[in-house]
Amino acid sequence: MSAIPTYAAQVPEAGLRAALSRSRPEIISEIAASGLKGRGGAGFPTSVKWNFAAAAQAERKFIICNADEGEPGTFKDRVILMEHPDLVLEGMTIAGRAVGAREGILFLRGEYNYLRGDLERVLARRREQRLLGRDILGSGLSFDIRIFMGAGAYICGEETALIECLEGFRGEPRNRPPFPVDTGYLGFPSVVNNVETLAWAACILGNGGPWFRAMGTEKSTGRKLFSVSGDCGKPGVYEFPLGITVAQLLQEVDGAQAKAVQIGGAAGQCVSARDFGRTLAFEDIPTGGSVIVFGPGRDMLAVLHNFLEFFTDESCGQCAPCRLGNPKLLEGVEQLQAGCCSMANLKELCALGKTMQIASKCGLGQSSPNAFLSVVTQFREEIMGRMS
Amino acid sequence: MLMTERERCAAEIRALADRLGHDRPSLVPILVEVKRKYHRIDSYAMQVIGDLLGIHPVEVHSVVSFYAFLGDRHQGRFVIRLCRTISCAMQGKDRVMRQLENDLGIRFGETTADGGFTLEWANCMGMCDQGPALLVNDRIFTRVTPEQVHEILEECRRVFGVHAAEAKEVHLS
Repeated sequence: MSAIPTYAAQVPEAGLRAALSRSRPEIISEIAASGLKGRGGAGFPTSVKWNFAAAAQAERKFIICNADEGEPGTFKDRVILMEHPDLVLEGMTIAGRAVGAREGILFLRGEYNYLRGDLERVLARRREQRLLGRDILGSGLSFDIRIFMGAGAYICGEETALIECLEGFRGEPRNRPPFPVDTGYLGFPSVVNNVETLAWAACILGNGGPWFRAMGTEKSTGRKLFSVSGDCGKPGVYEFPLGITVAQLLQEVDGAQAKAVQIGGAAGQCVSARDFGRTLAFEDIPTGGSVIVFGPGRDMLAVLHNFLEFFTDESCGQCAPCRLGNPKLLEGVEQLQAGCCSMANLKELCALGKTMQIASKCGLGQSSPNAFLSVVTQFREEIMGRMS
Repeated sequence: MLMTERERCAAEIRALADRLGHDRPSLVPILVEVKRKYHRIDSYAMQVIGDLLGIHPVEVHSVVSFYAFLGDRHQGRFVIRLCRTISCAMQGKDRVMRQLENDLGIRFGETTADGGFTLEWANCMGMCDQGPALLVNDRIFTRVTPEQVHEILEECRRVFGVHAAEAKEVHLS
């Protein structure tokens, strides 16, 4: 498994020390200079998020680290938390300094409970080293972090659902606006960042924004971790500059024979072999880092069936397009598998998928039809007229 | 439930609330601990929790029924969660499932009659490069093969008493 190579070269806490010696706007402008975008997949500019929270006037503010890594095929955050927890906690502390928050919450998914003990020990050590708590490194900054365990819900990776869970409610996404940077946890301004985003923020403060911007593409700066699994010789976590083509990535992971690749997890899109020249970047194929490789023998309908079972199970049930649409698409896949789906029916299902993309309340329902739509358009010869 | 058991249960939940907080944001942490200790969250526990936090028991139930790790069904001491998401599925989770069902004599979603084991599905648990993966309570097993299933279950049976005693001390002091 590859780690963040820049970390080994980095002086521990260099980012934090740099942040402590600078004013809040300077920290945020350093992040802005790097062009860092959210590594969870949505790609929202981190500096803009921090700026909103910094500008908000409130008694309390929160930095929330989203470690509810639930997207199928994603495991990079687990590796970061296991191998470089300090970098994440340092990133949270820097964010706290930048927006004027004194409380941090690490939202760890229930499935990762086995990481908690180690993380608590790292937190305790950091408090001893005066990297957390009151008067960090004698700078006057106070910031502390606690761990909150999730209870097994994919939807809690959505930031407003995550906040609902923190507040003791069902993990049902809220309407946005207001955004969490304005009205977040307990109604206070809250920054919710992905684990990897915070780790990169710490690296950027240590090395400077231009260092980060020099990598990647114009619109997708920097490097990114990718979780690679499926039919390839070398699955694991990889670090590549953004803008890498699918073909290049497959070469690296020993999966060049693939017939398709699912980018961005179950909520992402399926890319068939003829599009392997496309790039992994926010301007082309956006991704949170999940890459699932499908070899020549894979039945794409079986893949689709698995994804739609997942969404049917994980839909929070709050809005109708998602609650009713996903089982309907699943039913359609079963009809295709049984070889009893007419073209008229398939077109209806595609129309339903597009309706869900528009009408669902949150990212889950808006993106769950992606895989269905991309598979039924790109693998039509494989899925129609099956003999069951 | 015996009245004495109820009283003990209520006292333990009260101690939990004293430690974790009496406000609504403490709800999920309290529920996680109760589930760990009792292997279920029954309606009595929900009433006690609702009372302590100043919310209606129905509110507690709405949260309990939402999360996969909570739920009011009784579970075994060892909850085995097998990942069913795509990467683990492509690496042979079906055969592991079959062997778990064969060795325990129950289907997924069920609990053994002795209260020892529960079989449950899990959605992606972040071990996609090392599947099939399963969790036994908080312990992760990767690259599980059907023939390893027996040894995993035997290991649980060996630590049965120790494990139960540990859980009591650690979580509800």
